[in-house]
Amino acid sequence: MSSTGSTRNDWPLYEVFVRGKRGLNHVHVGSLHAADDAMALSHARDLYTRRNEGVSIWVVRSEHIAASTRDEKDPFFAPSADKVYRHPTFYDIPDDVPHI
Amino acid sequence: MTTSQGARSDGGGAEPGLQEQFDATIAKDQRIEPRDWMPEGYRRTLIRQIAQHAHSEIIGMQPEGEWITKAPSLRRKAILFAKVQDEAGHGLYLYSAAETLGADRADLTERLIEGRQKYSSIFNYPTLTFADVGVIGWLVDGAAICNQVPLCRTSYGPYARAMVRICKEESFHQRQGYELLMTMMRGTDAQREMVQDAVNRWWWPSLMMFGPPDHDSPNSAASMAWKIKRHSNDELRQRFVDMTVPQAEKLGVTLPDPELRWNEERGHYDFGTPDWAEFKRVISGDGPCNAQRIARRRAAHEEGAWVREAALAHAAKQAARAGRKREDQSAQEGAAA
Repeated sequence: MSSTGSTRNDWPLYEVFVRGKRGLNHVHVGSLHAADDAMALSHARDLYTRRNEGVSIWVVRSEHIAASTRDEKDPFFAPSADKVYRHPTFYDIPDDVPHI
Repeated sequence: MTTSQGARSDGGGAEPGLQEQFDATIAKDQRIEPRDWMPEGYRRTLIRQIAQHAHSEIIGMQPEGEWITKAPSLRRKAILFAKVQDEAGHGLYLYSAAETLGADRADLTERLIEGRQKYSSIFNYPTLTFADVGVIGWLVDGAAICNQVPLCRTSYGPYARAMVRICKEESFHQRQGYELLMTMMRGTDAQREMVQDAVNRWWWPSLMMFGPPDHDSPNSAASMAWKIKRHSNDELRQRFVDMTVPQAEKLGVTLPDPELRWNEERGHYDFGTPDWAEFKRVISGDGPCNAQRIARRRAAHEEGAWVREAALAHAAKQAARAGRKREDQSAQEGAAA
């Protein structure tokens, strides 16, 4: 994601997400510049799916993505680290109880 | 490169623990990702290397592109088209990776056409015959593969991921080149001479693609410590020679190096020393085609300016029209209610 301002009237930056095949999520594959959404889609097709890498493409203006920052990293993800009881291995079940 | 991201991470370890965290990530062989803190030297080195790599792909379209209209069959023309399109794609993957470090695409292009950033010396040699297309695929892309496969594990995530995509595609490039040469070698004496002539001209420049010898490569140590680079220039050069000699034998061409021979003791081929003075001349702008390559890239950029502007104007008009339509609709809905 570019952080410098667009002083030269450059095409904006888009992030590209591709679904590799049915049954899979869209995955971020990279970025590209395009004048508008339609051009971003056709550029994404030419750039990221020249060899059947995808069956569906999403593009979104990079500036529209909100992301967690590194500064927040530790406290931000802390709530998931201290709750061991969320995991199935937290519970002791006798070995002779079937199918659990 | 001054960016908001760069400026924040500047200031010599103002935020304690960040350098340690970075070092620990590198030591654990994990990837550095765009929003992580990183030393300014790491960021600068990566931007320079990725930009040079991207520029090489973009300039690399020219030597082979010249042969698209002169390809001897529709099959060869289609293959060459696809290959040159791939080179453009590789350039764009890499520019995209450079942008995650805070570099600006238009700025990188400007640096290239103003000669302020370099690209691989190999693309400053001319493609004199169609055999050159085959030899570029075989030797130049072969050398590129040697260089690039270890870069799939480079420490910067977006660069490593771009390299994975690129390496998948390079294999096609090398194989089409070798197949082209095999076809020519099965042809007439004149065709075989053409192949040998092309091999003679491209062999040494291909060896130079790995960069100066280790004792003369001042940036290598830092890049190795940061795990941007995984093997030294000389290691990769040796690997390329060992890989290529049997392919040359199979093809029936002679590599133009009288010192080339198998060394039983080392388990590697010994080979001669490239002309490093020539390498320095070509890399600093004085090769056979440097001026032409840059002039062509500049012309493409400048002649394309009106297209970029027109596309933006079109996008603005479409957006305005869509905005008006929405206003009309809500006005109608308001009237109906």
